[in-house]
Amino acid sequence: MSTIQRATPVTAALAPDQGSGVELRGVVKDYAGHRALTGVNLHMAPGEFVALLGPSGCGKTTVLRALSGLETITAGRILIDGRDVARVPVNKRDIGMVFQSYSLFPHMSAQQNVEYGLAMRRVDRVTRRQRAADALELVGLGRLGERYAHQLSGGQQQRVALARALVTRPKVLLLDEPLSALDAKVRVQLRDEIRRIQTELGITTLFVTHDQEEALAVADRVAVMREGNIEQIGSPEDLYTRPATAFVATFVGLSNAVDAELSGDTVTVLGQRLPRLGTGPADGPVIAYVRPEDILLASSGIPATVVVSSFLGSLRRTQVRLEDGSLLHVQHEVGVAPAPGENVHLALAARPVATAPRHA
Amino acid sequence: MSVANAPAQNELAREIVNPLPRGRMPRVGIAPGPAARGVILGLAALFFLVPLIGLAEFSLRVGQPVDGRQAYGFLHVAELFAPATAGAYQLLFDGIGNSLLLCVLTIAIVLLLLLPAMILSHLRYPRVKRVLEFVCLLPITVPTIVLVVGFVPVYSVVAQLFGSPPWTLAFAIGVIVLPFAYRPIAANMGAVELHVLTEASRSLGASWGATLARIILPNLRRGIFAAAFITIAVVLGEYTIASFLAQNTFQTALVLLQRTDPYVATIFSLLAIMLGIVLLIVIGRVGAARPGTRASRRIR
Repeated sequence: MSTIQRATPVTAALAPDQGSGVELRGVVKDYAGHRALTGVNLHMAPGEFVALLGPSGCGKTTVLRALSGLETITAGRILIDGRDVARVPVNKRDIGMVFQSYSLFPHMSAQQNVEYGLAMRRVDRVTRRQRAADALELVGLGRLGERYAHQLSGGQQQRVALARALVTRPKVLLLDEPLSALDAKVRVQLRDEIRRIQTELGITTLFVTHDQEEALAVADRVAVMREGNIEQIGSPEDLYTRPATAFVATFVGLSNAVDAELSGDTVTVLGQRLPRLGTGPADGPVIAYVRPEDILLASSGIPATVVVSSFLGSLRRTQVRLEDGSLLHVQHEVGVAPAPGENVHLALAARPVATAPRHA
Repeated sequence: MSVANAPAQNELAREIVNPLPRGRMPRVGIAPGPAARGVILGLAALFFLVPLIGLAEFSLRVGQPVDGRQAYGFLHVAELFAPATAGAYQLLFDGIGNSLLLCVLTIAIVLLLLLPAMILSHLRYPRVKRVLEFVCLLPITVPTIVLVVGFVPVYSVVAQLFGSPPWTLAFAIGVIVLPFAYRPIAANMGAVELHVLTEASRSLGASWGATLARIILPNLRRGIFAAAFITIAVVLGEYTIASFLAQNTFQTALVLLQRTDPYVATIFSLLAIMLGIVLLIVIGRVGAARPGTRASRRIR
């Protein structure tokens, strides 16, 4: 039996009446003496797709679980459409959730899984079947409704889980690293599909991930978390080009940390004067964070020796050693392929750079 | 943007899981080949079948051997139901009745006390899980006779409250059944990611009751069945407690009967062993069945 099918536009039936606004105000969460969230503030506009990005243990999943109601909070307020839901149990919050691990009910078929949330809302059987079929159609699995979880691949299981989360027309969709268990190709495909469906349905979505590429690719805004709080929130372009802190500069994208000298609004990096990004440390020795694509291979300039050059498909990344022994990553067009040991010269693009205090 | 114009979606739809054909399992590592498996199975079957065949042969004997030849028949089976011997086996039938009642009560203790405690500790109070496991496995380390010595003063109080009906044994047997009932349920819980399923159910709007009835219990079905069947096997085989607390159960009646009518005692021993084997086969079938397969539909 062929499983290839054409999805039909069924978004109208599954779209919530309108996207809901979500707001977290000073949310604190303590676990047995450990403060996991230290006063998180987050505002999501109706229909917005926000990604929570951060390293393991930074509290991003705790934020999502607090919003879902799976975790109680120690202090603060959680507002959905202006209503404080901090004390509303998870089953009354009207949220849809897709989990990191495969969470399909193994004793139910895909269709029954998707119908489950509707059955809990006492939707009649005929409507239930139709809406579940529509939701499966939306994720491209209309013909696999009779299959059980063990008869589906990982990607298919997560798509059924997505259909199951969407079929109840929840106010908010919460995605807890739903792609992390999938292989690279399926991950990218499903990531794009989630974004497409989210855009069509206009559902407010919070997406937790530790994969920066994933976050930058799908979200309207990305919130970078560190040690229980949001370090910076902004559009993917903002985060990448105007990191507010050294942590964001190093965590989002690849950065070269280079010793520099700060004077007023100018940073002297490798002998070249560049504009300083935002506010930061006082004048004096600092660390400047220079993106690999802002370092150019030139005919003259800073002398360096090629250590290794890696082909990355549409571009090439080369590691070079400066005369003082420090290493830099340079990103350049794929046509230029410097050999290890080759002497090259570097120049810096005149773009603003983030800075941080240099500790002895 | 139209949903129909989503090539990635169609490409994703091509992922198909191709399960191995039924009965064809891949060889992994040092797994034995078909011939070696056959030999192992044959030897194991011989080990179990020889005593069973011996029991069957003995129970079918009629009279003494004449000229070295033994006659066989169903004489002893017929005696069980013959009007002339009516009442002679009443003690045995009462014992069987008592044991079956104990089976039901002990399973009820497992399902109404142990199972909820395990679910709660697994989902809500994980710190208690190790304590519960320790308590449940403890009886296996204590010899039954030691337990009985401890039970005697307890049962003197129980006797004052309820008298000494056989069903009161269910409390004591419930204790020795704990390790055997705990293990399959715990293994099942570990295998199905109960946490995630429960959270998924709750996030979809289900109350705790609905989650228990529609998600938790169906997914613990294998463990519950296994625990129940093992409980039956343990209750039907329990002798020491019933004997020391002066109760009439299947095993105690069988021991008494064996002194006066070894043929009938052998028939019932054989039946008890066969029941145990059938229960183990059913446990195996329940454990192996996956949803959506013919086997699972048969079990339902």
